[in-house]
Amino acid sequence: MSKKVNEKDLRSMDPNATWKEMSRGGTIASPGNAELFKTGDWRSMKPIWHEDKCKQCLMCYPVCPDTSILVDKETGKMSGIDYDHCKGCGICANVCPFKAIEYVAENESE
Amino acid sequence: MGIRERLSGNEAIAYAMKQINPGVVAAFPITPSTEIPQYFSTYVNNGEVDTEFVAVESEHSAMSACIGAEAAGVRAMTATSANGLALMWELLYIASGSRLPIVMAVVNRALSGPININNDHSDSMGARDSGWIQLYSETNQEAYDNMLMAHRIGEHKDVLLPVMVCQDGFITSHAIENIDLVEDEKVKAFIGEYKPEDFLLNKANPISVGPLDYTPHYFEHKRQQVEAMNNAKKVILEVAEDFAKMTGRKYGLFEEYNTEDADVAIVVLNSTAGTAKYVSDILRKQGKKVGVIKPRVYRPFPVDEIAAALSKFKAVAVLDKADSLNAAGAPLFTDVTSALFVKGVKDTKAVNYVYGLGGRDVTFEHIESVYNDLLKIAETGKVEKVYNYLGVRD
Repeated sequence: MSKKVNEKDLRSMDPNATWKEMSRGGTIASPGNAELFKTGDWRSMKPIWHEDKCKQCLMCYPVCPDTSILVDKETGKMSGIDYDHCKGCGICANVCPFKAIEYVAENESE
Repeated sequence: MGIRERLSGNEAIAYAMKQINPGVVAAFPITPSTEIPQYFSTYVNNGEVDTEFVAVESEHSAMSACIGAEAAGVRAMTATSANGLALMWELLYIASGSRLPIVMAVVNRALSGPININNDHSDSMGARDSGWIQLYSETNQEAYDNMLMAHRIGEHKDVLLPVMVCQDGFITSHAIENIDLVEDEKVKAFIGEYKPEDFLLNKANPISVGPLDYTPHYFEHKRQQVEAMNNAKKVILEVAEDFAKMTGRKYGLFEEYNTEDADVAIVVLNSTAGTAKYVSDILRKQGKKVGVIKPRVYRPFPVDEIAAALSKFKAVAVLDKADSLNAAGAPLFTDVTSALFVKGVKDTKAVNYVYGLGGRDVTFEHIESVYNDLLKIAETGKVEKVYNYLGVRD
């Protein structure tokens, strides 16, 4: 991911760090760090995006609890799903008016 | 030379809070602490403080708002009692675990049920292991003084822990006593400005507070909290020394009264220490060598100092205004006896008396009977009963 973790946090997060080396109370000095925590492996169900059926209405984007609908910054169009963070809740598949998002068991895909 | 006033314990706390002028006060009313936010909100309305007063819908929210405010970078304060404190339960641990030096006035009241609004210590004793520093106060003056010292202790870089300032509901919270107040400018200079190292609203260095802290890290963070508690003892004494320079009023980890050459002593918190001192004075005149130990600092628990002080006596009675209901001794007693054991004090007999639950009066006669029991133990060297109840109808 693009996020950078500063030296202080790297030291703090090291699993071999002693209590003296770690930040007080677990405070993290690098902001916007939730992206570094991968939640994709929590998934048992998985959304699959079919670009051919997608009308770019972007109904899926605001309902995703994990900001996992990827939108191209240049074109403003949906470009895929962030499987590093998607927990497989299926809300996107449920709201899609065009059935462009299929909702399948994790092991059924590819 | 101070300002001579007469204030109730709640007024004294509210007055201290006015002088401290915190960034945020978030509170919910509960007897007997209600008057504290009530008086304080008058100061807010009159423009005498710069505080953002948040009238929250519960104590859970009060402590949550304090956590948010303190993490954001300002001093946050609140006051509560009994079930209000109990409703803060999970947030107490989040405040201390996130190392936020919030200061809270606890006006001690019996925890329901059955429902009771009068004084005992079951509320703050339930929070004794929540990672908060706990200071106890015998009088209105002590409640006020502890409040003025609380921020200096909690905010010290070697500590960074929240602080509870406890006093007895109604007995001191609603009783008006003479009090020496410190001048506003002196309080301001004593407490100083709050300059946290890291805080949420620091645009230059934004941080995340309260993250997920899994198995590889949580244990180490708890170990840090223990270290902070260890450090707090020294800081509490340093702050007390500075406070004595300003006011002439001296505070330690505990107060020793009539203990020189004493054969026996009572260990007791808060206002009942006043009764015990009074009885001790009278019994002294009868030639009975009896004293009082009044812990001021209960968390951190001063193991070495308490054990050393008690090792001089033949017998001690620990009076608890809360029962652990564990059939094995009340909280102060188990802490005291643990201290005696680990420090190898073998010649001091220790007994426990649970007293005053739900606001039951503790009288001269009760205290006198305890001293007489102790003198008998000192004489015979025999303890007949370790766990005792004072003032309960048998």
